[in-house]
Amino acid sequence: MPSLIRRLRSELFATPGDAVISIALLTILAAAAAGFLHWALRQAEWAVVQVNSTLFAVGRYPIEQQWRLWLLTALLAAAAGATWGMLRAHPRRDRTGRLWPRNDRLAVAVLIAVALWVPFALGLTPAIQLRWWLLTALLVVIRWLAGRFGAGLPPALKRLLPIVWPVLYLVGMVLIGGGLGLARVAPAEWGGLLLTLLASSFAILLCLPIGVLLALGRRSDLPLLRWGSVLYIEFIRGAPLITLLFLGQNILGFLLPGGLAPDRVWRAAWVLTFFAAAYLAEAVRSGLAAVPRGQLEAARSLGLSSAQALRLVVLPQALRVALPAMVGQFISLLQDTTLLSLIGLLDLLGVARTVMANPAFLGRNAEVYLTLAILFWCCCAALGLGSRALERRLDPHAVPSRV
Amino acid sequence: MAVEPSPPRPEASGGVTPWWRDRRVVPWVVQAAVGLVVLLAIAFLLGNLVRNLTAAGLLLSWRWLNQPAGFDISESLIPFNAQLPYWRALAAGLVNTIRAVLVGLVGATLLGTLVGMASFSHNGLLKRLARIYVEVVRNIPLLLQLVFWYFVVFLTLPNGAAALQLPGIVLAKSGLYLAGLGEGLRWLGPQLVNGVWQAPIRLTVEFAALLTGLIVYSGAFIAEVVRGGLAAVPKGQWEAASSLGLGWFATLRHIVLPQALRVIVPGLNTQYISLAKNSSLAVAVGYTDLYSVAETTLNQTGRAVEVVLVLLAAYLTLDLLISLVMNGLNHLVQIKER
Repeated sequence: MPSLIRRLRSELFATPGDAVISIALLTILAAAAAGFLHWALRQAEWAVVQVNSTLFAVGRYPIEQQWRLWLLTALLAAAAGATWGMLRAHPRRDRTGRLWPRNDRLAVAVLIAVALWVPFALGLTPAIQLRWWLLTALLVVIRWLAGRFGAGLPPALKRLLPIVWPVLYLVGMVLIGGGLGLARVAPAEWGGLLLTLLASSFAILLCLPIGVLLALGRRSDLPLLRWGSVLYIEFIRGAPLITLLFLGQNILGFLLPGGLAPDRVWRAAWVLTFFAAAYLAEAVRSGLAAVPRGQLEAARSLGLSSAQALRLVVLPQALRVALPAMVGQFISLLQDTTLLSLIGLLDLLGVARTVMANPAFLGRNAEVYLTLAILFWCCCAALGLGSRALERRLDPHAVPSRV
Repeated sequence: MAVEPSPPRPEASGGVTPWWRDRRVVPWVVQAAVGLVVLLAIAFLLGNLVRNLTAAGLLLSWRWLNQPAGFDISESLIPFNAQLPYWRALAAGLVNTIRAVLVGLVGATLLGTLVGMASFSHNGLLKRLARIYVEVVRNIPLLLQLVFWYFVVFLTLPNGAAALQLPGIVLAKSGLYLAGLGEGLRWLGPQLVNGVWQAPIRLTVEFAALLTGLIVYSGAFIAEVVRGGLAAVPKGQWEAASSLGLGWFATLRHIVLPQALRVIVPGLNTQYISLAKNSSLAVAVGYTDLYSVAETTLNQTGRAVEVVLVLLAAYLTLDLLISLVMNGLNHLVQIKER
């Protein structure tokens, strides 16, 4: 206890000036916290979020087809659990092979707390609450199984694991959009969190290869490629995203022969992709600039072809350096999907706007926007945390290389 | 020492290098192929564009700019009414955009500098609050913040005598009233006349919400730039200056800032350009900026291509102007070598 007092004194009351600032800030903070609590517990009516929770989650996705989304969530939970467990099944030297490191126990605790609290707070029916609990249990159990027995799996099976995610993405697209015997659900019916996640994940996946190509083009010795890339990158980076989305919605139909133009949701997703690619290219370019030229020369003198040297020597180093900037771009991209609401699509913010237009929920802006803000904050902060963990994992100085 | 990255391999057979492996030929073949594909794609798209526009009767023309706009603009610095032509409407929108960007730049720079400096404060609470502000703001989409400021904060303000009143500032649902020079160059504060506020300077709530959102959002990013710049100055510089007898402010002014600015100015350039582009989200809070006028114009005339061209040209010019000014500033603060 005395140490706490000493710390408080040195941090808050070191000088008279500091003390005045601290007291003023503490007063303002206390007043703000009291005001907020009073509003959140007494005045706010959270029914607007509870009643519309399905709308916020999936938009106008047909109810009789929603089992497909539940199935997809279950597959995602299983894959996430398996990947997580397999990462722990092969202990790194610095982690001495513990099955449940401290951070993992913390993550599971948070996961279970969220699974217990969110369905309760949203006032979901018992049947749906049960589904959330089962999903969480599935993730944790598979995480445990993979961590416990993953190391003993046959190598052929282990090599399959990285392929699970791309396959799952394709399966997910079929489950969401229909086809292969499933009833078609038009993109116009996707909405809410589903649309936000789908548009951002689509753009993140596809902007990566395009961005790398553009970055290579910008550093190329060939003038035509270089100037073409520079022109594209600077043009896209100079225009606000909303004007590009506007262009996609209003001009793309004129640019393509009749009937070939994709529907409104896909147009927006492609515009997001090409928009993000220009920014990603700049992030990758900074990474490429950090790789000494000698690396390429050494690789070439060992007899690797230009493409091999790039793929095996230069890019792995460049992408590692560029990783923080790249994840920063992905986070902005996730935030930029809110602009879809301005061109009339029903992403999370678009759903919020339609809910607000309902006379029954007039004036309940604060509750809805606060919920969305917390949701976005959690997603973006999680991406940032993941990026930092990945950086540590990829840092060649932190992990001794295996000989 | 210059090392040739890839010396031409001696041909084992002693024959002539085939052209598809000749380093003098291959790059040009690659470029020609890529160029051809791009040209063909552009020709294809433009061909479709011309064909489709002709079919729709919308072939590129600028004559519609002189037709009366037929819509009004709620706030404009240049005189405007519905009888004036479209180009005047677009110009009024552009002026509104520039106004928001200029005020936003000044506000965000002030806020960002204060918060960036606060993260070096001795006061632990102030330091943490600065971090929390940056982390909260950066992880929430700007558009969400803008609609929050507009619908939750500014549109729920009371009117008349119940309005928020500070010395020289009155914040009401009908607008933001600021003290300023009134008639006869007298300093005039906001006054309540028959239940309606009057003041030399009145901003609409739309403009106020847009400015608040832009300043709070960009301020967080600028705070990070300023923090990075100050952190880049080695601690020894502070210590050396104070051991020479310089005070805190003199150290900041003469020793630290000149060095920090070299790192800060390029970062500010990026943030200023983002702010200019982000001002286009004004349409979400009902402020009639260039994009909002352009959207209305498109809905009325159907001139999609021309409107998009105007938008892109305007924003690219705005970015270029900001970049030019910031590059000039950058030259000023860089190390002057003899």
